[in-house]
Amino acid sequence: MDDALLIHRLHFAFTITYHYLFPQLTMGLAPLIVALKTLAIWKNDERYNQAARFWAKIFGINFAIGVVTGIPMEFQFGTNWAQFSRFAGGVIGQTLAMEGMFAFFLESSFLGLFLYGEKRLGKWGHWWAAFAVFAGSWLSGYFIIATDAWMQHPVGYERLADGTFALTSFWALIFNKWAFWQYLHNMGGAAITGAFVMAALGAFYLLSRKHEEQARIYVRVGVVAGLIFTVLQVFPTGDQQGKLVAQHQPATLAAMEGLFETKQGAELVIIGQPNVKEKKLDNAIVVPNALSMLSYQRWEAEVKGLDAFPPDQWPDNIALLYYSYHIMVGLGTIFIAIMVVSGFLLWRGRLMQSRWMLWVLMMSFPLPYIANTAGWMTAELGRQPWLVYGLLRTAEGYSKTVSAGNGMFSLLGFMGMYTVLSFLFLFLIHREIAHGPDAAPATGGTR
Amino acid sequence: MMPTLWFVIVALMVVVYVILDGFDLGVGIVHWGVGRTEDERSVNIKAIGPVWDGNEVWLLAAGGTLYFAFPPLYAAGFSGFYLPLMMVLWCLMLRGVSVEFRNHIHDSVWRTFFDGVFTFASALLAIFFGAALGNVIRGVPLNEEGFFFTPLFTDFRTGPEPGVLDWYTVLTGVVSLVALAFHGAVYLALKTDGQQNHKAKRVASGSWWVLLALTLLGVPATLSVRPQLLDNYKNHPWLFVVPALVFAGLIAARHFLRFDEKKAFLASCAYLLGMVGFPVFGLYPVILPASNVPERSLTIHNAAGPAYGLQVGVIWWAIGCVLAIFYFRHLYAVFKGKVSAESAVYGH
Repeated sequence: MDDALLIHRLHFAFTITYHYLFPQLTMGLAPLIVALKTLAIWKNDERYNQAARFWAKIFGINFAIGVVTGIPMEFQFGTNWAQFSRFAGGVIGQTLAMEGMFAFFLESSFLGLFLYGEKRLGKWGHWWAAFAVFAGSWLSGYFIIATDAWMQHPVGYERLADGTFALTSFWALIFNKWAFWQYLHNMGGAAITGAFVMAALGAFYLLSRKHEEQARIYVRVGVVAGLIFTVLQVFPTGDQQGKLVAQHQPATLAAMEGLFETKQGAELVIIGQPNVKEKKLDNAIVVPNALSMLSYQRWEAEVKGLDAFPPDQWPDNIALLYYSYHIMVGLGTIFIAIMVVSGFLLWRGRLMQSRWMLWVLMMSFPLPYIANTAGWMTAELGRQPWLVYGLLRTAEGYSKTVSAGNGMFSLLGFMGMYTVLSFLFLFLIHREIAHGPDAAPATGGTR
Repeated sequence: MMPTLWFVIVALMVVVYVILDGFDLGVGIVHWGVGRTEDERSVNIKAIGPVWDGNEVWLLAAGGTLYFAFPPLYAAGFSGFYLPLMMVLWCLMLRGVSVEFRNHIHDSVWRTFFDGVFTFASALLAIFFGAALGNVIRGVPLNEEGFFFTPLFTDFRTGPEPGVLDWYTVLTGVVSLVALAFHGAVYLALKTDGQQNHKAKRVASGSWWVLLALTLLGVPATLSVRPQLLDNYKNHPWLFVVPALVFAGLIAARHFLRFDEKKAFLASCAYLLGMVGFPVFGLYPVILPASNVPERSLTIHNAAGPAYGLQVGVIWWAIGCVLAIFYFRHLYAVFKGKVSAESAVYGH
């Protein structure tokens, strides 16, 4: 791999990975805030409004960082991936432009109203503002997923003589079946981050005996949402996503599972280390025949191993892909365990007194961030060596006129900038957590 | 037909961006001139707090629309202006963070620090955007595949191998800085009362004279760098409405500034519309001229996206645009009126 290609890939990987730490929380919190606003109206209970107000502040800080780190993403299609943009802009430009027109305008216009308009808008007006922010952020997610889904599973296009992709069916692009399941799986992941963070902060307040009445709301809402979304994340969304990979990206599936040889009745690897040099999996602990069952619903089904594909079509970093995938799946399983136990204790009315479980909830908030990151690494490393699966190689997509040195310069610049943003973010979040929920509606004035 | 329609759409979106984000960039530029004290600067921030983010979305929406309507232009332009665009991105980040986080903490050093960052980033962005337009007017050295890479500067001449900055693009950068400063000052006059209103008007009238001088310098300079710009106007004399807006807007803004801030602001919008529209409609059908071999220029014909996509786009774009106008009307209606030190902070 030449230097420029590697640096452009790292450039996008670094900026998108950092960026997505923030939207996954805002997209996850948005429906929870709408739920809190709904509970406030339904039960006519001011405590839920107070909770919504507090989470709106956390949301606002995350949203701001999400916005400023999101702008470079759209730019990089042109700056660092100019060849790709030139070939595919006519197709994925549709969904990217639609994101701006339908999601960003909605989100940005109503965010100010939501954060600072509670007094001006009244009960229902404010509920609608919260809902509009939720709708905007989830729509935004759909257009991005539809873009990525087209790169994973291109549909509704034709290839022109000069290599350009031309759209032939708008609806095929928008209703790509890959986009449908990937979207649900991705948004489920975001909701899990939101739920774990909410529960973790509630647990923290309970453990430190502060704001206990509010904290119980956070734990309750976080655990209920967490239980729902962790289960849905495995079945049906994760399961369906896996079947799509098996069907349309068999080489990717083989690499994710560390399956070097084609096999009937293929085993599911729980843990093990891929040894790419010798084309085998070291120290594996496996469940016999399970991979065949999960992928093709038959215990004896044949699953193609990497040996069935020419090496130039193998994902180019098999070890990283394998580990990312297994970390995602492993954490997803742990999430269900945490939420089932928490949910049981909540149902028995013992969760708020179970300090050990509150400790578990508090300590586990980083895990969904790791799982979401690992999940995206699985999707994107799994697509390699393709930029548009089976059609356009990653090596053909980057900006030929931007040298490795220039790419390195801006990559380092972003690293520095994001370090500063991280400090600023942690400082402000720390202040909000230390300050805790306010009793009165925010006027945004000084405090 | 379709490429022309999309040319007009993208041009309009760019103009809307310049007018809307222009005033909050402008507020950043005159931030210290209009806001001598920390409290006055808080008022400046309050005046743009709820709207700046939505305004900036027009940049993303225009960029996205450009991407899909003219993919080769997006690819060539963004990779060719790689270094300045990276700096634009960093400035956008610094600026966003400073507006959003300035009011989070009531501390003089914290606020003054972010006031400084806000002004620095706003001014630099105004210069960069002006220089960007200057680069498009002057043209860039396109290779046979329609790509280029310009250094930040070469010998500051507008030859076939120019840098991002040369005498002409520096001039357009400065025109943009002053034009947006004026625009921002007029906006602050519209949004503030009393002493601060008075200061905003004083900054506006001061910068008006500089802007007049720069405009009188900039228009002939533009025509000397790219004389072909007048061809479309000669063929379609009614198009002269667009450059006429430049001078009508400038004079009207001055006239209304004393007694009708809203009309002065609208006049300033008309001026910006003329300043951006004049070269853009003059270049048509070219969208990125080649400074070395004119035949290599990117035009709406050789850079338009595939036809079917453009046709479908018209439908969703129209729907999206109507929705956006509706949201913006609502947003500006809720936060209309003057802000003062007493009013609550409607930033986020």
